[in-house]
Amino acid sequence: MTTILGIPMQALLGQILIGLINGAFYALLSLGLAIIFGLLNIINFAHGALYMLGAFAAWLLLNYLGVNYWGALILSPFIVGVLAVAMERYMLRRIYKLDHIYGLLLTFGTALLIEGVFRNQFGVSGLAYPIPAQLQGVQNLGFIFLPNYRAWVLVASLFICFATWFLIEKTRLGSYLRAATENPKLVQAFGINVPLMITLTYAFGVALAALAGVMAAPIYQVSPVMGSNIIIVVFAVVVIGGMGSILGAIVSGFGLGLIEGLTKVFYPEASSTVIFVVMAIVLLVKPTGLFGRAE
Amino acid sequence: MNTTKTRPLSRHNGRLSRRIAIFILAAAVLAIAPYVVYPVFLMKALCFALFACAFNLLIGYGGLLSFGHAAFFGSAAYLCGYAARDLGLTPELSVLVGTVGAGLLGYVIGAIAIRRHGIYFAMVTLALAQMVYFFAVQAPLTGGENGMQGIPRGFLFGIIDLNNTMAMYAFVVAVFLIGLAVLHRAVESPFGQTLKAIRDNENRAISLGYDSNRYKHLAFVLSAAIAGLAGATKALVFQLASLTDVHWTMSGEVVLMTLIGGLGTTLGPVVGAIIIVAMQTYLAESGSWVTAIQGATFIVCVLMFREGIVGAVWKLRANERLPEPRE
Amino acid sequence: MLDTHCEKRLRIEGLNAFYGDSHVLHGIDLHVERGELVTLLGRNGAGKTTTLRAIMGLVERRGDIRFDGADLSRLPPHKIARFGIGYVPEERGIFSSLDVTENLLLPPTIKPGGMTIEEIYTLFPNLKERAGSQGTKLSGGEQQMLAMARILRTGADFLLLDEVTEGLAPVIIEQIGIAIGLLKERGFTILLVEQNFPFASRIADRHYVVENGRVVDMVAKDDLNDPGVAERLHSFLGV
Repeated sequence: MTTILGIPMQALLGQILIGLINGAFYALLSLGLAIIFGLLNIINFAHGALYMLGAFAAWLLLNYLGVNYWGALILSPFIVGVLAVAMERYMLRRIYKLDHIYGLLLTFGTALLIEGVFRNQFGVSGLAYPIPAQLQGVQNLGFIFLPNYRAWVLVASLFICFATWFLIEKTRLGSYLRAATENPKLVQAFGINVPLMITLTYAFGVALAALAGVMAAPIYQVSPVMGSNIIIVVFAVVVIGGMGSILGAIVSGFGLGLIEGLTKVFYPEASSTVIFVVMAIVLLVKPTGLFGRAE
Repeated sequence: MNTTKTRPLSRHNGRLSRRIAIFILAAAVLAIAPYVVYPVFLMKALCFALFACAFNLLIGYGGLLSFGHAAFFGSAAYLCGYAARDLGLTPELSVLVGTVGAGLLGYVIGAIAIRRHGIYFAMVTLALAQMVYFFAVQAPLTGGENGMQGIPRGFLFGIIDLNNTMAMYAFVVAVFLIGLAVLHRAVESPFGQTLKAIRDNENRAISLGYDSNRYKHLAFVLSAAIAGLAGATKALVFQLASLTDVHWTMSGEVVLMTLIGGLGTTLGPVVGAIIIVAMQTYLAESGSWVTAIQGATFIVCVLMFREGIVGAVWKLRANERLPEPRE
Repeated sequence: MLDTHCEKRLRIEGLNAFYGDSHVLHGIDLHVERGELVTLLGRNGAGKTTTLRAIMGLVERRGDIRFDGADLSRLPPHKIARFGIGYVPEERGIFSSLDVTENLLLPPTIKPGGMTIEEIYTLFPNLKERAGSQGTKLSGGEQQMLAMARILRTGADFLLLDEVTEGLAPVIIEQIGIAIGLLKERGFTILLVEQNFPFASRIADRHYVVENGRVVDMVAKDDLNDPGVAERLHSFLGV
């Protein structure tokens, strides 16, 4: 069997794959955080909880209404997105004029509330979500066995990231968003309903998190704590990438997932902390983050 | 931050006498309290009150929201436990070990975190604290999921048996007062004044020749050390240091305590800590509702009660205050 | 109350405006008639820019603002723009994350009858050459032209222009003056904030003088030759 630095090729590729899958979720979540931050100037601490909610919505839809994975892929982000609309209208809107710290505290409270309620209902042990029938099975690529579902997650998340990037950077709607990120009042003075745009942007960013949650459901256990576990890592990813760019969020998401996967092969003890170490190094070398602009 | 400004206690001449009165009143309350309330509850509340005061130094006087203070609280608890149980040091030395350790950790984390401002600072401290948490999960010393159990309270200065609840209580009160005195001294000193100037307008402070990063770093170290003092003492009280102490939820709790009491007020963190500890004690049997209720409290505080309890009291008393700017 | 004089497009009475706790406008009264070009003159900090921002709903305000008979004083900015009001802010507001074409196409069409891109490029030929550049890479004059050009496309026929000549070279000011003249000929109604009195006096029909958040004088174009009026203006403007 082929080995690289004493590591079997199979194991290496396997961990790279897991790293990329994790990276896909980091990318989807940090993408949503970056879009929301750009327009609302709020770090959405509830992002992890809403990702968890997306996964739970899929599980509940399947077990109580018999809606399958593909239905959940559409419905769950929609449901969580509607919740986000309510959150923006009734909570976030009231604190835009305050110090940004309050946005963090408010969404942190929301995260605790959501997670607490679900922990109370479902406990902390995870619930299984079956892989949809169409995506079961494994492809033998010769050098690695690639589970179909994981391949799907990888392809789908890359597509979603690309589509989001395209929407924001290359379309008219995206130019409204970019302009409003720079100067919302002026954009509103041109006749664009910026308050509505803010609501929809928040809902879109949150829907991305919920979508990630649905895709994560068959891979990880559906659990109330899945959100808080990932959100802190995603914060580190965001600090590393810098909030400035959409592409930066995507690249650093996948990149750090990969680094984490590789660390699991070569130095497993550090795999849970490596992203934080990278963050510390990046902060020392380039405090604004790899793709960030000055504050 | 416009809502976190500290208001001087009072500008008129009765300042000193009023302080003495407050001190006597506080001393009396602390002396009588253990005969009225369950002493362990009091000790816990005092530890958390000190922890919250340490956190408040950063947010209230430095404008820095740390979302990673559990790292200092928890690592000091482990270090103190290690010193007391495995090295057999006396309690005061064990607490000192925890405090100094937390201060050193604060030196390292602070050096990295102060490179960013505002919400980034919050995210960076959260992430670095999570690193400490993962370290605690893996390190053999900490006992992992089971925590570090059976930490002996020992004999203070080798003489006073802290297994006596009242002796332990007196020790905790002493630690609390010392910690508070240090923080108070720091805030009132030229150092504290400079820190406030940096909080209000960092660029201006820099242009006046202050090395703002050095001040913020020093404040961070001090805050971390006092948080460590609180954590180490807590480890002796409960004879336990566990992953809960280093977890991000603990960082969130101390933020909540300070927020409820009033960000940047002197007494706010103490009041907030007592409320949260009481809430935890009475809600203990309802399990995870504690988290949900804390979350809801956060939301209510941010949306409707940003000045906190003590802040609101000040506002009522200072009737010349203008209403908050309309939104 | 319906505006009986239908030719008055904009009528402002008792307009007060606030930035947080500071009270900036203390009862502005003015009106602009259809097809008129009116300027607001006054020293720095007099409240000219704030008046435009108050009309657009960008600052907290109180008072009566009627536009074509409709009450604007309680509407948010995006609804105000929909009445056909185009706004060019003092700082020009060119978006750095958008290229020139994107900047030009950003404001949505709000009424039929806007200028076509070709007409706009005829008015401001420089912009055509810079179409692919990033918005903020343009020179000050080009940015100013872009800021004006982008609201001409939308069908807005009432323009609020804030200090369009500020910091620009005389040649460019000349060009902008010609463009404004052409817009007036096309029937645009314009309210212009201007510090450059010689420029304003050449193109405007009437002038309001603003001081300490109030209108303190109103001078028609024809009265400018009156030496008494000229002296009065000089004393207000300190020129």
